[in-house]
Amino acid sequence: MEIANAFALLANFVIVPATAYGAQLALGALGVTIIFGILRFANFSHGELMSFGAMVTILVTWLLQMNGIGLGPLPTALLALPFGILATVAMAAFTDRFVFRFYRRKRANPIVFAIVSVGVMFMMAGIIRIVIGPDDQSFADGARFLITVREFREMTGWDQGIAIKQSQVVTVVVALIVVSFLFWFLQKTRWGKAMRAYSDDEDLALLSGINPERVVLIAWTIAATLACVAGTLYGLDKTYKPFIFLQILLPIFAATILGGIGQPVGAVLGGFIVAFSEVTVTYAFKRFLAYLGPEGWAPEGLVQLLSTDYKFAVSFVILVVVLLVRPTGIIRGKVI
Amino acid sequence: MSFLAATGMTGGYGGADIISDCDLRVERGEIAVVVGPNGAGKSTAMKAVFGMLSLREGSVVFDGKDITRLAPQERVRVGMGFVPQNRNVFVSLSVEENLEMGAFIRDDDIAPSKEQVFELFPILAEKRAQPAGELSGGQRQQVAVGRALMTQPRLLMLDEPTAGVSPIVMDELFDRIVEIAKTGIAILMVEQNARQALEIADHGFVLVQGTNRFTDTGEALLANEEVRRSFLGG
Repeated sequence: MEIANAFALLANFVIVPATAYGAQLALGALGVTIIFGILRFANFSHGELMSFGAMVTILVTWLLQMNGIGLGPLPTALLALPFGILATVAMAAFTDRFVFRFYRRKRANPIVFAIVSVGVMFMMAGIIRIVIGPDDQSFADGARFLITVREFREMTGWDQGIAIKQSQVVTVVVALIVVSFLFWFLQKTRWGKAMRAYSDDEDLALLSGINPERVVLIAWTIAATLACVAGTLYGLDKTYKPFIFLQILLPIFAATILGGIGQPVGAVLGGFIVAFSEVTVTYAFKRFLAYLGPEGWAPEGLVQLLSTDYKFAVSFVILVVVLLVRPTGIIRGKVI
Repeated sequence: MSFLAATGMTGGYGGADIISDCDLRVERGEIAVVVGPNGAGKSTAMKAVFGMLSLREGSVVFDGKDITRLAPQERVRVGMGFVPQNRNVFVSLSVEENLEMGAFIRDDDIAPSKEQVFELFPILAEKRAQPAGELSGGQRQQVAVGRALMTQPRLLMLDEPTAGVSPIVMDELFDRIVEIAKTGIAILMVEQNARQALEIADHGFVLVQGTNRFTDTGEALLANEEVRRSFLGG
């Protein structure tokens, strides 16, 4: 009984939220890793691309809500998501055509590309502030919970309950669909294989007759789709805050590097490891331990390793440790 | 006119010329071998034939068509296959995917070509699902040759196919190359193992300092006293 309660407590505050957060990070890291694999630079504008996608999705969501169009218990944002994806792909193709392609033709150094992407990041952030403003926006609707703490307790008779939010379920399901589709594309289709070949060896891909501009365009399409989905899911799960997308770059980059740069499977793995580390380290284990310890005993203090304000420090530590101990990442990727 | 006739090729990577007035020619179903000391410009001459080096002078005529100005990718489409010396397989792709990528420009059914390659190199059929990067040096070379064959080239160019493989594997690779030539494909290859290569060659070119020193049949070159002494180690 006590163990069941301890588990419920941990599931409610760590496992369930970290799984949803991990799925969001994994989607973000996948986008970064794909751009690195094909274009060979760290794309700092990826966070703002996520924000841009979420913004368009929010605007379309509002439009749908005003017209009374919805999905019942599911968030209306799911209906708006395809429009957001289209706009984000257009945005990515636009920046590639007018910014990145110029440097690609000059065969610029990856560092130059990274700095250019910082510039793109600021431009995009500015556009987002102009269009939707700097304030928080909420756009979630539909049912709030799949199961609430009270329902769970009544069902099981335990003291502790596990609440599962609708946004968490939507996040995990959508992420699962998107990631499965991506892996199917990369492993089974002609152009997916061509992308892996191009990532492996650009010159040999050229000798095989693979069109590099086409590969680059597909890479941006995938990255933008992932970015829009990740940004929207993150906004649904928390709320949409334009400022958060600069900060979220850090855990995303940590996940990318931890998994192995240019390795899609690694990006997913890295996303979940970073998310679980962040949530676990900032969770106060006091009540959890109290359930497991002897009757009537409780640890003094909160048993919290880090205050939640420092959660980004976790990504930093992971980043530094990976770069020191295993710079190739879990699945051997490229070294910057 | 030869099937492939590269005449008077002169050029380098900017700056000084690496090859000057260099001639190479091959006929259908024949093996032509380019040998010579290190730094003689053998690989450069190959790259020039394939368009990876812009020529200052000279021309490359393939099957009656002047292709001097074509980019490498376009030369693949007219029927030339090239196996570079280094980095000639996609290491993270499986053997089978490597072959598929070789046939990327083709729209027809590639299964028969794949079967042909597997027949030629049975070991690749066994390892078809394994990443090419995990194979031994000799097996990798087989993947590289197989990848180039997937475009159904009429001329196959090999840049030191036996670099870094054991003598036994080398003999086997040479056997396979003879087999490929018998199907009517012209083969132009650069070799470090000059003696063995000339033994299977119909024609040989001895390059020294970027220019032709001796040009003859493989047999005649092997019999030539001066060639033997200077380039074949006695």
